[in-house]
Amino acid sequence: MRALTWHGRHDVRVDTVPDPEIVNPRDAILRITSTAICGSDLHLYDGYIPTLRAGDVLGHEFMGEVVDVGPKSNLQKGQRVVVPFTVSCGDCFFCKKQQYSACDNSNPAETMDASRLLMGHPMGAAFGYAHLTGGYAGGQAEYVRVPYSDVGPIVVPDHLEDDQVLFLSDILPTGWMGAENADIEEGDTVAVWGCGPVGLFAIQSARIMGAHRVIAIDHYPRRLELAKQMGAEILDYREVDVREALDEMTGGIGPDACIDCVGLESHGLTVDNIVDTVKAHAMLATERPHALRQMIMACRKGGRISIPGVYGGFADKFPLGQMMEKGLTIKQGQTHVQKYTQMLLGLIEQGQVDTTFLISHHAPLEQAAEMYRHWHDEQDTYTKIVLKTEAAKQSAPKEEKQHELA
Amino acid sequence: MPDNPALSKSNQRALIGAGIAAAGATAAFLLSRRTGSSGAPVEDISDAPDHVWRRGTEHYDADLVGNTVTIGKPPQELYDEWADFTRFPRFMENVESVEKLDAKHSRWTIKAPAGTSVELVTRITEDNAGKSIAWESEPESEITTEGRVEFIEAPPGRGTYVRLIQRYDPPGGIAGKGIAKLFQREPKIQARRDLKRFKSLMENGEIATNASPSGRKSESPTEPRI
Repeated sequence: MRALTWHGRHDVRVDTVPDPEIVNPRDAILRITSTAICGSDLHLYDGYIPTLRAGDVLGHEFMGEVVDVGPKSNLQKGQRVVVPFTVSCGDCFFCKKQQYSACDNSNPAETMDASRLLMGHPMGAAFGYAHLTGGYAGGQAEYVRVPYSDVGPIVVPDHLEDDQVLFLSDILPTGWMGAENADIEEGDTVAVWGCGPVGLFAIQSARIMGAHRVIAIDHYPRRLELAKQMGAEILDYREVDVREALDEMTGGIGPDACIDCVGLESHGLTVDNIVDTVKAHAMLATERPHALRQMIMACRKGGRISIPGVYGGFADKFPLGQMMEKGLTIKQGQTHVQKYTQMLLGLIEQGQVDTTFLISHHAPLEQAAEMYRHWHDEQDTYTKIVLKTEAAKQSAPKEEKQHELA
Repeated sequence: MPDNPALSKSNQRALIGAGIAAAGATAAFLLSRRTGSSGAPVEDISDAPDHVWRRGTEHYDADLVGNTVTIGKPPQELYDEWADFTRFPRFMENVESVEKLDAKHSRWTIKAPAGTSVELVTRITEDNAGKSIAWESEPESEITTEGRVEFIEAPPGRGTYVRLIQRYDPPGGIAGKGIAKLFQREPKIQARRDLKRFKSLMENGEIATNASPSGRKSESPTEPRI
């Protein structure tokens, strides 16, 4: 089959690799129709995540048609399913608590030691995301093996297009959990750092959860425009002093809740961020948490910080004292995708959540490497890229609507 | 705090004591081997299990390893699975086969480097249904080993703490790292991985594997990779 493989920093290629096979009784094999490139794929592309190996198949946002099942799968051939990026067994202590991303079984015995060493305990597994998280091949490919297929995949109704449901795999539940972790109360002003796909979904989710106001922070005009479209007030941090603006917009107390949809590769022109960038490139630190630092300073006393943005290790100059003295509550974590998929599918069907407004580009899987470059270099125009496989043409009766491929 | 009221420090020692009485003097490894600067044994006040590293000992005692894992099943069910040694190859990476010789004796074939293998015969020295099993190698074995597995009731709703304590004596005086070489891996890591596979098998009915395609020519999509 054809698949997008990683070969090194800023080097991904569409290669021919073997087809996946059923290995365990609960497995299923999907023929992928749609697969997206995630913001967190850029952390892999930029070489920030250790334990990725040359030849690894990337991609953790995908959907497709079931073409083969193991004897213990409850899926049937021909079903259309979306697959959570978190590989979760459904049986362990964590899965039973719906803390699916903390699954204790999915990261295999052979790969669990690295994250055990780095994090204290082995992490749950994810598709297409380095060997720290299990080393499972990802879904930017024509086919994928889906373990625990009786737990993760959600069957989607035929009347919904791929584009409407694809993001149930990651960014929609991630934005939703990001807003949920902000414990939004009536009258709240919620500030969201980062208007990438997760930020945009966090804004939309915060509105649904009853936030009185949402203030979105970014520097890409197109992304800020999308945030505004979702009902947010916007701040371009290259234009204004964000902290002063937030204080002045909230009567001097700061936002009640702040959501970090930026993660470990924060942009920004401040001294701390430039120092972080140098250190990260010299391997002295793994994070560039400028946005998170600013968030802790900006948040109101006794407020809440939610971190859906990805971090991978150690941060420098972290405002721990500020967090403590201000009495902030911090909630964070990889998304427990399986906990939210059914409910969010309901919201999509009822038309309460718009999942397609952020898609700027469609491209065939064959152009994936080029799309990674655009995604990396042109974040203003490329707000979300969806890759289509050959199988998509066969399964879609009508011609795929192609957005501009500049 | 003891990790289980039923296994407070003194109870645990008593349990080990019982095991030792059954196993004979060779099981002395299960007792604390810590000594102070004067060479006299040191009594500590911590409720941690005996195999947990103590200050004043070597950081890593290569031949004695202990690991505990929580499995969401009752002790009896896990005991029943473990009691049939012939099933070990399913979750113990280095165990090629185990053949039952009689009620107490089994012949193990263990993978060694360069496609070779070593054989040993073990004798069950302790068998408390639903609670613990211990074994040791018979003198004619190519390597000397002892092991003990305990199935300890975890807090309510959490299943069972499965604790595996093993010791290997390397053949022909190869110390420490020699054993790691023999097993291709540090025994502690090996034991942790074996327990993890046992957990996965018991909780999921299958053992987690990342076997899937990659662009690396040397790999098969049906084989796990590191």
